[in-house]
Amino acid sequence: MYGLQMVRGLLVTLKNLTRKPFTVQYPEERLPQHPRFRGEEFVWYEERCTGCASCAKYCPLGIIKIVTSPSGTAVPQGDKYRLEVFDIEIARCMFCGLCVEACPYDALFMGSGFEQGRYSRRDLVIPIQQLRESDKRPSTWFRPQLEEAKYNPHLGQPVDWKQAGRESWRWHQREKAGLRLDSHPADSNVPDETEKPTQANALPEGPVQGAR
Amino acid sequence: MTIRTEPVTVNIGPQHPSTHGVFRLRVTFDGEVVVQVEPVFGYLHRGTEKLAEERNYVQVVTLTDRLDYVSSMTNNQAYCLAVEKLLEVEPPPRGKYLRTITAELQRIASHLVGVGFFLQELGTFGGTPLMYCFRSRERILDLFEMLCGARITVSYMRPGGVFADAPADFWPALATFLNAFPGELAELEQLILENEILMVRTRGVSPLPLDLAINCSVSGPVLRASGLAWDWRKVDPYDAYDKVEFQVPVGSNGDNYDRFWVRMQEVRQSLSIVRQCIAQIEPGPVRLPDLPLVLRAAPGKEAYGRIEAPRGELGFYLVSDGGVSPYRCKIRSPSLINLTVTEHLLVGWKLADMIVTLGSVDINMGEVDR
Repeated sequence: MYGLQMVRGLLVTLKNLTRKPFTVQYPEERLPQHPRFRGEEFVWYEERCTGCASCAKYCPLGIIKIVTSPSGTAVPQGDKYRLEVFDIEIARCMFCGLCVEACPYDALFMGSGFEQGRYSRRDLVIPIQQLRESDKRPSTWFRPQLEEAKYNPHLGQPVDWKQAGRESWRWHQREKAGLRLDSHPADSNVPDETEKPTQANALPEGPVQGAR
Repeated sequence: MTIRTEPVTVNIGPQHPSTHGVFRLRVTFDGEVVVQVEPVFGYLHRGTEKLAEERNYVQVVTLTDRLDYVSSMTNNQAYCLAVEKLLEVEPPPRGKYLRTITAELQRIASHLVGVGFFLQELGTFGGTPLMYCFRSRERILDLFEMLCGARITVSYMRPGGVFADAPADFWPALATFLNAFPGELAELEQLILENEILMVRTRGVSPLPLDLAINCSVSGPVLRASGLAWDWRKVDPYDAYDKVEFQVPVGSNGDNYDRFWVRMQEVRQSLSIVRQCIAQIEPGPVRLPDLPLVLRAAPGKEAYGRIEAPRGELGFYLVSDGGVSPYRCKIRSPSLINLTVTEHLLVGWKLADMIVTLGSVDINMGEVDR
């Protein structure tokens, strides 16, 4: 019968007339954000940062500007730099998070903000001072240690630099043990769990060929 | 006395709300009938292929998000498959399954947008079906945010797997979605799928003959609506598609209704694929651990990675010169190739059918211009 399907369709709209709206009135109501949300206001721990500029090299847009000077510590290891400029120009940032992925020392984290409006273009550059003083509520994006600790930047407390990083980093362990960075890894008696399984895997079961 | 008539040329777009982006059609009308069509594009050209030549292999993933911004996950997937072919590596099984799950979720989201805007352009009930589609799509984007921290520009996949495993609360959320979504889909089907007005407006309008579709190298739902079961997921399975069972819905005469119908059926198939993947997925690594951050391929190597994206065959052709970035990155985008049949579809039909037909092809300008 012609029109029957239209009546069936209108029954759906009638059913939805009685439902609560799905939309959210944004500035008053807010949806919960997930902990992995990649947003603005990067969280940066100066204590963990060595000034290697891996983040700046890995940024697809090249918007991180880093200027360092020799700090005179740990020279045999290639010097731990003192940071003078660490500017992130978030006007061009696309929040892909590759800088966070590239950071080998867990010094840089994504933030959770998304309300980027500023009155001046100059305010769209996060300077080093702002990074130093900003609220340390890092996103758990690409940081499994925070996820394992069930950290949520929207509910939890600020995280300090000692809690933020992976504990197994030799760098961090030796610094915690009060050792200088220029001592050789074999000299320190810090247990290193990461190397044991790889050594066991590397040993072949058959006859060993070649020099070892 | 006779009235003097002459054809009128009208510009539709580039700032027209129903041309799916900045797309311009220069159309000549004889009264109400289209006599000549000239698609003009390039308004969204960003030089993605050139930009890819000066970024390293992982950084290009962020560019692929911005090609077809309605289905970023599948763009990531096609690019990563191409790089993996170039490097001759294979991601671990869990990474493959995660890719398949997210790609199918993205296919559902993309088809919902395609169907929603198609119905919107028909003028259905002041946008009601579009809002129903977007309600369901919103749930998928929410899952993506949980998974990778972004909703549209996901950058979830990497050469050699995906960047990280899904968080623990992703799986219950996905199960909730899979329980809720079939009801919403049934509601949408009850609302519109067999509606008489829709049938009259779309059945038999702008049919695409199969031989023309093949000759124009059209792919995706537009080709399948014309009656050929050609799906790269079946023909040349990638990732985990060889381990799942699904059917390829096929239309009969390739008119507007068939293109719409094929998309609606594919959503059901995608749901079934996601369910099978969840049943089969096993714990393990999601990314190859020994791949460095900055990848290098052997000089002179070439690779072409292709997938069945929601809009058709999406391919990335990469040439390496041994450096850290691709020497050449050619993108075969389905929307651009599907646009080549525009003239055959539109000429001879009325003005009112023109926008609807364009909606049924479901182009995305981010991918056409790239």
